[in-house]
Amino acid sequence: MATMAVKTGAAVSTTNACKLCAPLGAALAFRGIEATVPFLHGSQGCATYMRRYIISHFNEPIDIASSALGEKQAVFGGGPNLMQGLANVIRKYRPRLIGVATTCLTETIGDDVPRLLKDFAREQGDDSELPLLVPVSTPSYVGTHMEGFHAATRAVVAALAEPGPRHGGVNLLPGLVSPADLRHLTEIFREMETKVTILPDFAATLDGPALAHYPLIPAGGTPLAAIRRSGSAAASLELGRTLAGKDTAGGLLQQACGIPCLRLGLPIGIHETDRFLAELTRISGRPVPARIKEERGRLVDAYVDGHKYVFGKRAVVYGEEDLVVGLAAFLAEIGVQPVLCASGGTSGQLAQAVAAATADLTREAPVVREGVDFFEIEELAAALEPDLLVGHSKGYSLARRRRIPLIRVGFPIHDRLGGQRILHLGYRGAQALFDTVANALIAAKQDGSPVGYSYM
Amino acid sequence: MAKAPIPILAERARQIMVSGDPGAAMDCNKDSLAGAVSQRACVFCGSRVVLYPIADALHLVHGPIGCAVYTWDIRGALSSGPELHRLSFSTDLAERDVIFGGEKKLYRSLIELIDRHQPKAAFVYATCIVGLIGDDLAAICRQVAKERGIPVLPVQSEGFKGNKRAGYQAACKAMFQLVGTGDPAGISPHSINILGDFNLAGETWLIRDYFARMGVEVVANITGDGRVDAIRRCHGAALNVVQCSGATMELARMMEERYGVPSIRVSYFGIEDMSDALYRVAAFFGEPAMLARTRELVRTETAALLPELEHYRQALAGKKAAIYVGGAFKAFSLVKAFRLLGMQVVLVGSQTGTAEDYAELAAITDPGTIIVDDANPLELSGFLAARGADIFVGGVKERPIAYKLGVAFCDHNHERKECLAGFAGMRNFAREVYASIMSPVWRLVPRQETAEAAVASEEVR
Ligand code: SF4
Repeated sequence: MATMAVKTGAAVSTTNACKLCAPLGAALAFRGIEATVPFLHGSQGCATYMRRYIISHFNEPIDIASSALGEKQAVFGGGPNLMQGLANVIRKYRPRLIGVATTCLTETIGDDVPRLLKDFAREQGDDSELPLLVPVSTPSYVGTHMEGFHAATRAVVAALAEPGPRHGGVNLLPGLVSPADLRHLTEIFREMETKVTILPDFAATLDGPALAHYPLIPAGGTPLAAIRRSGSAAASLELGRTLAGKDTAGGLLQQACGIPCLRLGLPIGIHETDRFLAELTRISGRPVPARIKEERGRLVDAYVDGHKYVFGKRAVVYGEEDLVVGLAAFLAEIGVQPVLCASGGTSGQLAQAVAAATADLTREAPVVREGVDFFEIEELAAALEPDLLVGHSKGYSLARRRRIPLIRVGFPIHDRLGGQRILHLGYRGAQALFDTVANALIAAKQDGSPVGYSYM
Repeated sequence: MAKAPIPILAERARQIMVSGDPGAAMDCNKDSLAGAVSQRACVFCGSRVVLYPIADALHLVHGPIGCAVYTWDIRGALSSGPELHRLSFSTDLAERDVIFGGEKKLYRSLIELIDRHQPKAAFVYATCIVGLIGDDLAAICRQVAKERGIPVLPVQSEGFKGNKRAGYQAACKAMFQLVGTGDPAGISPHSINILGDFNLAGETWLIRDYFARMGVEVVANITGDGRVDAIRRCHGAALNVVQCSGATMELARMMEERYGVPSIRVSYFGIEDMSDALYRVAAFFGEPAMLARTRELVRTETAALLPELEHYRQALAGKKAAIYVGGAFKAFSLVKAFRLLGMQVVLVGSQTGTAEDYAELAAITDPGTIIVDDANPLELSGFLAARGADIFVGGVKERPIAYKLGVAFCDHNHERKECLAGFAGMRNFAREVYASIMSPVWRLVPRQETAEAAVASEEVR
């Protein structure tokens, strides 16, 4: 199967991007750390825009601080504003960690954030209440929000993880999945009786309960103590088939602390979940519990019940690369042909990863494109005649023009409720996805039929 | 209910005042405080939101992908024709462009997009990074304009060069280059431009209809459902009717200076302000027949509306409202509208108000009302709780604050899907406030349980 280089279309401009920028990914990752305030070193606008954007998906407050640089600082350096901003955040939020991500502005003016943070800490003297200050470089003109997400995760590990005598626990680095997914992963580990540190974990911080008071910082997130101990875990499991060769948290733990890092695909669909659970069994020495096996059995039963409604249908899949790979694997195993796998990301690994995850399941190799926008996706889709789209809300206008259903998954979902509650992972996630896909196709057929039949 | 302390940073103390306090004055219109988690956006955002609804123009954001993608189709701004404005175009600058300069990529992108979409004009937005790497936006725009024969207008909206207000000015400057380039022949002497309405949920159409019924010709909507050709000839109108937001004030000022078109400031929100807007336009033309038609319009509309409002008023009387919106003028109208519903305003604030705006707010609100400039989540949530607000009016960023605390919410921002302008809008507003406040879900939220527990323990004692 041919591997595709970056952006094959001839377009210079971008129309309706299929990606977001690095600082946003960093803010999301930082939100998944206990008692942490995400802080963007840049102009006020970016922080506000990203807050707005994240809110539209999670329907949860997210406070992102900014050094709110103005013209003067852009010329003379953002150091003083950064210091003042940190002091204000500390006074108001009393965080235990502040994740400081750069932006296009501060990268370009060349602020040395790690040094500034050290200066700041020195000036504060030996104030024991001083939070940890974790810098991460996220110029918005390099990579996508996924690069920012992984860089922030890595930065937290770099700042905290301590090597030590091995405990039996596992580090799980799941990437950008939903709060519902994070909760499900926690549950799987509990049932496998295996200690786990999920990093980052925004299951509670970005999908919390109604409260009587506005919390300074929402409860939840990966405990700092657990991140410290990640340096002495039995193994790291890093989810994502396009991460090879990248500088990630799992890689860092392996290098610095000698923790073996296993890279697996996101456990979407039966095959990828089987692999995930098999790895877990290997690490923990515990068998997959009966309840989970039962879930798998019911899922297979459901696949059988519904196979005719989905077989041979053609899907366009788009979004974050690792998610696209997982979705393609899932679609392929239920008999849906992923005709196009597209992402705004440019890892250079998407084609191989899709091929590896789908090769023996599909009869026709999917077209795979990296670094594309929706203009290109639409052009490609026109020739491929898909029956459905699988991806986030940004594909809606395309689905509308083509009059085909859009299966909403991933991030961002801002034209429906419950984006944060979508379950993608494990057998249970596959069950939810399967029912959604099959029912969408059944509904499309029903709505398009002149008869309006009332049985499938 | 236990009162959580409201954390206010010392540097922000002078941006908060209480209506009725002697000597209260607001220290406003300054840059957001670092680390304060301001609700405000940037210069680029200001420009983008103003120009966005011009539907037959190409809007190209020159910068890394973020700025473009976060503003992709974020407004409800509806168009009766072309929909080019709903696409998000970007030069998506990458590292090498930042190092070697983005001019080439900008030029090629412009040519490519103009050839592909054949727009009537193109706006090119400068973002933070462009201000730093020094791309000569104006020169590229001039060159492409010459090559492709359409206006290509640079918008100097570098994000860090001030706040949203500066973005409004940059947008007006860009538009002003279009004004006066079209032929004003055939425009009626009874003609206006509608400035500062963005046709969210079709509001511009509603307002246009009112003016049509009065016998007034609308030359250009600036910018809701906007068209390049209309803006080019809008200097032929007799009057600029500028809606509150302040977003297009600068354009009106420049048009008065260069073309002698006078302007009035109005608001289309609430019965009082809507009627006032129509009467002032009629008064401007001073024609008895038009004035009679205006009276008739207001009479018919209010007669249909008032009985329905009475129904909502009975349920809502005495409830407490909090307001935090972008522009202060919108806040004035909201204060009046809540009063019409028998409700009490306990908090009102804006992102970009001026000293006069806040003085006006202090004058029209009840003593004890908190007035705030450029707030943040901790302050807002603290005030909501302290003043026991039943409903919060704001935008997307304010919504989760209200909901998290179990407070009803009404969206009065760029993304709303309900028409809130005019007489029909007042009906929708009342309906929405009612629908949110009266929902039985609030009985289940912790805030309510805490309040009930407090009452119960009082009774026990
Ligand atoms: S980079 Fe600058 S222009 Fe773009 S959103 Fe951020 S503050 Fe605004």
